[in-house]
Amino acid sequence: MMNMMKYIAGTLFRMLLLLVGVSLVSFILVVSSPIDPVEAYVGSESNISQEQKDVIAEYWGLNDPPVQRYLTWIRNLLHGDMGTSIAFKKPVVQVLEERFITSAALMLTAWVISGVLGFMLGVVAGTFSDSLADRVLKTFCFVMSSTPAFWIGLLLLVVFAVHLGWFPVGFSVPVGKAASEVTIWERIHHLVLPALTLSITGVSNIALHTRQKMMDVMKSEYVLFARARGESRWQIVKRHGLRNIAIPAITLQFASFSELFGGSVLAEQVFSYPGLGNAATIAGLKGDVPMLLGVAMFSVVFVFVGNFIANLLYGLLNPEIREGGRV
Amino acid sequence: MEHKEPILDIKNLSVSFRMYEKGLEQKDLKVISNLNIHVDEGEILAIVGSSGSGKSLLASTVLGILPKNASVTGDMRYYGQPMTIELQQRLRGREIALVPQSVEYLDPLMKTGKQVVGVRGTKEKQRLAFKRYGLQREVEELYPFQLSGGMARRVLVSTAVIGDAKLIVADEPTPGMSKAMAEEAMSNFRTLADEGKGIILITHDIDLAFEYADRIAIFYAGTTVETALAEDFGRGPEALRHPYSKALWEALPQNGFKPIPGTQPYAGSIPGGCLFAPRCLYKTEECLGEIPMRTLRGGEVCCIHAD
Amino acid sequence: MRNVNRRTKTLLLIGMICVILLGIAASGLVMNPESYAPDYAAKKLPPSAAHWFGTDYLGRDMFCRTIKGLSTSILLGTLAAGVSAVIALVFGILSATVGGVIDKMISYLVDLFMGIPHLVLLMLISFALGKGLKGVIIGIALTHWPNLTRVIRAEVLQIKNMQYVKAAERFGRTKVQIACEHIIPHVIPQFIVGLILLFPHAILHEAGVTFLGFGLGVDTPAIGIILSEALKHISTGMWWLVFFPGMLLVMVVMLFDKLGDDIKLLIDPMSAQE
Repeated sequence: MMNMMKYIAGTLFRMLLLLVGVSLVSFILVVSSPIDPVEAYVGSESNISQEQKDVIAEYWGLNDPPVQRYLTWIRNLLHGDMGTSIAFKKPVVQVLEERFITSAALMLTAWVISGVLGFMLGVVAGTFSDSLADRVLKTFCFVMSSTPAFWIGLLLLVVFAVHLGWFPVGFSVPVGKAASEVTIWERIHHLVLPALTLSITGVSNIALHTRQKMMDVMKSEYVLFARARGESRWQIVKRHGLRNIAIPAITLQFASFSELFGGSVLAEQVFSYPGLGNAATIAGLKGDVPMLLGVAMFSVVFVFVGNFIANLLYGLLNPEIREGGRV
Repeated sequence: MEHKEPILDIKNLSVSFRMYEKGLEQKDLKVISNLNIHVDEGEILAIVGSSGSGKSLLASTVLGILPKNASVTGDMRYYGQPMTIELQQRLRGREIALVPQSVEYLDPLMKTGKQVVGVRGTKEKQRLAFKRYGLQREVEELYPFQLSGGMARRVLVSTAVIGDAKLIVADEPTPGMSKAMAEEAMSNFRTLADEGKGIILITHDIDLAFEYADRIAIFYAGTTVETALAEDFGRGPEALRHPYSKALWEALPQNGFKPIPGTQPYAGSIPGGCLFAPRCLYKTEECLGEIPMRTLRGGEVCCIHAD
Repeated sequence: MRNVNRRTKTLLLIGMICVILLGIAASGLVMNPESYAPDYAAKKLPPSAAHWFGTDYLGRDMFCRTIKGLSTSILLGTLAAGVSAVIALVFGILSATVGGVIDKMISYLVDLFMGIPHLVLLMLISFALGKGLKGVIIGIALTHWPNLTRVIRAEVLQIKNMQYVKAAERFGRTKVQIACEHIIPHVIPQFIVGLILLFPHAILHEAGVTFLGFGLGVDTPAIGIILSEALKHISTGMWWLVFFPGMLLVMVVMLFDKLGDDIKLLIDPMSAQE
């Protein structure tokens, strides 16, 4: 138990240290931009006078030295205040909250589908390596890992939305319908294609990884011994295979939040799906500094949470870490 | 003397692997060639050779668990029946058991008890086996990495006695052990042999083999050059048959530590004819031809000059 | 005989892939901009003998635009892979040979870069540099080193602990001498394979970022921009605007992947033992 606590504390500390680093890097990058946030805010054609712009700049603290600005930003951040989004004209925290709920539906669906499907495919391919099924899967994964998520999305749109007309072309709910009137079926109907896009691109990673681990297990000395003791291939997969590949697979799936987020940025752009990724793109393109910083920090925390859970599960599931040294 | 059918009888066994070398050249690597051994009930046959001589693969060959890229030729019989893949499948874990080298051969994530039971044993038999080797109940609940060296050793041996094995193949069961532990392990095997089981002991430790085995097969570059009675090693080089065995005897610390000149040929660069010829003092023209295994003074030898 | 064939076949394949990729890059460079200029007489044409990939709503020839875009992608990929691989080499070797604080710092940097979703990082860099083409190029070039740094660090650590390197140390060779004589020659193969395998990532990220609308003007023929234009007109049913450019992009990425794998196979045949 002491072991476990130490392990958790160590992991948590390293992650906090990284979080500080990320906030610093993001802040430096955004602040050093030649794009004037005031110009971005008022728009270039507006006839707001220079004095008024100066007032805004003063109000936002743009004239303070960068170190002070960073500290102010961090202090506000710790109080849950990320400023007001220029593009969305709402507090950043509120936008993040709304958008994340929409994105979560998409990411969670894709995450579960790709994880379960990828794991199963990987087990089959790794057990029967070099079989026809293995080759087909390997080729599929090879092609998928070379294919950008957004192109898959575009193809799905062309085939299923434009030509067959089975699914809507975009958005998370029917356009022009009040939120209260939208049914769950309509939501699912809008979710299918984006989730499919994200799942297809996520499958290859977990499948290839599981396949490799399964092959390693099948080549291991303990499987050799299991065979020597009369275990059939199926028994070996059931008794030793699943046991030994489950930990790395679960760890990987949690550690893949970064790719999941990146994929959702692209998928949401294709389907005009109003999630976090979409908000990130809008913030970046419109020079919405508070929003951009907010999304960046949020995405980093999101990735960290995934990594943390991965580390935690790894420690919990692995007896060597859980139970410590020899008896 | 009554002549019973040997448990295992192997004649002219060869094993080769298909490999890729640097630059993707494919070649067949012969690791065991023209090997001859047999094991009777109630005896320990030690197979002795230096490391890297391919003797560990013999265990996999007998059990039929070689990797896919291996091919086997020769004649292998179990109680007179030809050893087919189906027979091997039926026998392993039942009548033929393997005692592996180390704890690496146990699934790191499965508790010891469940692992020893395996798919062909029962909880009762496992408890009996643990009791026989003085392992506490608690050991069942431990993971392999939690076992001490001695415990691991006894757990591995228990896997062999859990079924009703007639033949036990022990692959290097003693390296890294203290003298006392090695002796405990060996006397366990001796007891099993005295119960009527046949035991193949693959080792590089001649002293240990000499002390506990009945017969000793000398393994060189993937083949057996001689099978001698264990006593022959006590009587000195004159009692041994093959030039390599004699040289090996003289290389033992207690016999003068005399090194054998030259090196063992690598698998893949195996010469034709006698494999020891390049290093042999008695080498003649005929040594390059085919050399059969023949019976000599109660043992067997693979040398035309031996007398 | 089969043995020799396999080696020759691999070499031949490597040569062929190089020719195709260089061909695409070169033809994009020398291409006359007229060939993908708007032609209002030939708007929205499906693929035909005259226009292999069809034309778009401005009558631009999609085949020429695609090749031009891929050429940009390959050149950008070359720059990104080159810069990132050199950073990875320097960081990896420094981290493993100097150790101590330097190792901790570099490992921290690697973790830092891997903690931010790659696309978000690219957006931040692009924004920091004023959202132009420059931002995309620098962003892609500077962000692809963390993985390879880890690989090279591990590789160097492994070599460092080999017997003969320890022996060289005892014979009084300096750290620099050992690095030049033993470590760098062994890391070079890994480095080359790693460098080539950076291309697919760089190209896909470039396509992704430009698809989102960062970096390049709407008229620049980049694959991302071509596809984002196709998205705008997706309801018109001009499937060829989506299909062909993406297809070619996937093929180029796969060729780089295959190239890397084949070279790895030549250097390290253990990976093909079965």
